[in-house]
Amino acid sequence: MRNLSVARRLGTALLLSCLAGAPLAAETFTERVTPCLACHGDKGQSDAPEVPSLGGQPAPYLLIQLYLFREKQRVVEIMNDATATFTDDDLRRFSDFIAALPPPQPPSDGAGDARLERGRTLITQHRCNSCHGLDLAGRDSIPLIAAQREDYLVKSLREYKSNARPGYDPAMASVMAPVDDAQIRDLAFAIARFR
Amino acid sequence: MEETWGDEGALRVEPSPRRQAPPHREDVHDSACRRAAEPVARHHTSCTDARLLAAPALAQQPPAAAPPAAAPAATPAPPGSPLFGRPEGNPAAAKLAPIAPPPIPTAADKLPIAKLKVPDGFNIEVYASGIPNARSLRLGDQGTLFVGNRFIGKVFAIVKKDGKTEMKTIAEGLHRPNGLAYHKGTLYLAELSRVWRFDNIEKNLDKPEKKLIYDDLPKDEAHGWKFIAVGPDEKLYIPVGQPGNNVLNSDAHGQIRRINLDGSGAEVIARGVRNTVGFDWHPVSKQLYFTDNGRDWMSEDIPEDELNRITKVGEHFGSPFCHQGNLLDSEFGWGHKCSDYTAPVALLGPHTAALGMRFYTGSQFPDTYKNGAFIARHGSWNRTTKIGADVMFVTFNEDGTVKSKEPFLTGFIVDNTYIGRPVDVEMMKDGSMLVSDDFNGAVYRISYGKTNAPGR
Repeated sequence: MRNLSVARRLGTALLLSCLAGAPLAAETFTERVTPCLACHGDKGQSDAPEVPSLGGQPAPYLLIQLYLFREKQRVVEIMNDATATFTDDDLRRFSDFIAALPPPQPPSDGAGDARLERGRTLITQHRCNSCHGLDLAGRDSIPLIAAQREDYLVKSLREYKSNARPGYDPAMASVMAPVDDAQIRDLAFAIARFR
Repeated sequence: MEETWGDEGALRVEPSPRRQAPPHREDVHDSACRRAAEPVARHHTSCTDARLLAAPALAQQPPAAAPPAAAPAATPAPPGSPLFGRPEGNPAAAKLAPIAPPPIPTAADKLPIAKLKVPDGFNIEVYASGIPNARSLRLGDQGTLFVGNRFIGKVFAIVKKDGKTEMKTIAEGLHRPNGLAYHKGTLYLAELSRVWRFDNIEKNLDKPEKKLIYDDLPKDEAHGWKFIAVGPDEKLYIPVGQPGNNVLNSDAHGQIRRINLDGSGAEVIARGVRNTVGFDWHPVSKQLYFTDNGRDWMSEDIPEDELNRITKVGEHFGSPFCHQGNLLDSEFGWGHKCSDYTAPVALLGPHTAALGMRFYTGSQFPDTYKNGAFIARHGSWNRTTKIGADVMFVTFNEDGTVKSKEPFLTGFIVDNTYIGRPVDVEMMKDGSMLVSDDFNGAVYRISYGKTNAPGR
């Protein structure tokens, strides 16, 4: 049901953007990308619990994640199934398409919340901005994290810390080693609301 | 020096109990070391590898301690981080980070082969493409090419038959299966912390069986992936890198050890080794030569990566106290003397990431190449202007010292950008040489002379 409504909402903009890229396969590609957008959001912003917003992600980061899903090196069943038959060209095409979606917007709540200040301090303390950038927008293989869903940030940071998500490279496992769960929640709160 | 997450640097995943081992030297229990320990590891009364212990120690503490409301601006980066030691507030330094290779290999028709340069009389061609993150190379007796990697978790076998190239997956679900050795029909494979053997591998490419022979290894991600080789003494040589850019390592790290081919009899044969990802034995002297990657963030131009030679068991090669044989470390060097350590036989350039090496014993190349060594340099990340990314050729004097070194295969850097990155070399039976490129997921073959028949 959700798929249908989203498909309708995709509307002209999406169709046009696909047409611009590859006229002949536009319809097919639109159909293929529709289920992605149903969960991840057609405007780059996800409304689904623990499902990340993907708009504005660097294409190389998306490509690596899709590759890891296809190869089952990152285990999320729905994503492993979705990418199982993808060719290398599919991986590139989906990455490029999704990267062009607009970046998510942070929620406007949280002003004056102590978690915001603690989280900001932790961002500096653990040097998130060394790799993710002062604007937390990422680059190349490093993801955009600003305004990411808070619950997904909590989930991801826990997975990196426990090594449930080893990652393409091991950077996050080391970064997370000294970060406890209370700090993870503060970090997620602040990063989700980062402007 | 090699990269951390993009490359040969890297990060610890979990604390190893062995890290509790006493540090090398009492005299490094200095106040700087203790200071580093205090904020997070107060219960460690002595400064036992404090920099290493700090992060895991906190991880194991209950989260009862209040979050640091008025924390310092930034805690030091974890010792395993590639940013460990980076100068603060320098915009040029802030732009440098390890370069992650793409997970997908470059299509065969898009490989940069036309831009690669070899000396006059040599030819270069694509031997195999489409091998994701192709790194360590080993050839079997029947010509099977085994290819390891850091990011893919699989080991591949390339089989050439009737003009066709087939790629088989002989193992998967592995953790950084970079290390490969082939000896008398058996393939040895080193993951980050486990070593396996595949007996009669070339007869069982479609149904390979692997047997675990050794896993008494730290699990640190930083410099944890392996290069392995079987020596003339019929032992398997396994390095254990230092778990970070510049760290005072425990007794279980910063070394090369060897084991019997069944996994027994482990023995440390070299210490003070930061991160070697390539070694081979001189065809005449049978001495072991190994490349070692120098530390990062000291300077754009120092220290240089090293080519070392082991002349006796247990030699110490200096790291982290002395780099490149003549440069005391700015942090750990105080109170030490470079003359207490074995100096390198050659310097291979700053941050160049000298990796795989083999001596040349074939007869296809001109006589001047006989018993010289080819060394793959992956190329720098910790440097504004990229250098390395080539295969060097080194010749030796009769006493084992280095006589000359020169670039052999070049062209991988265009406008300060990599179009490919060499990782390992391997010699074919016909005297030609294979070179792996993990950036493009390809293997090139270099031959000499007009005949350019492929393979063997």
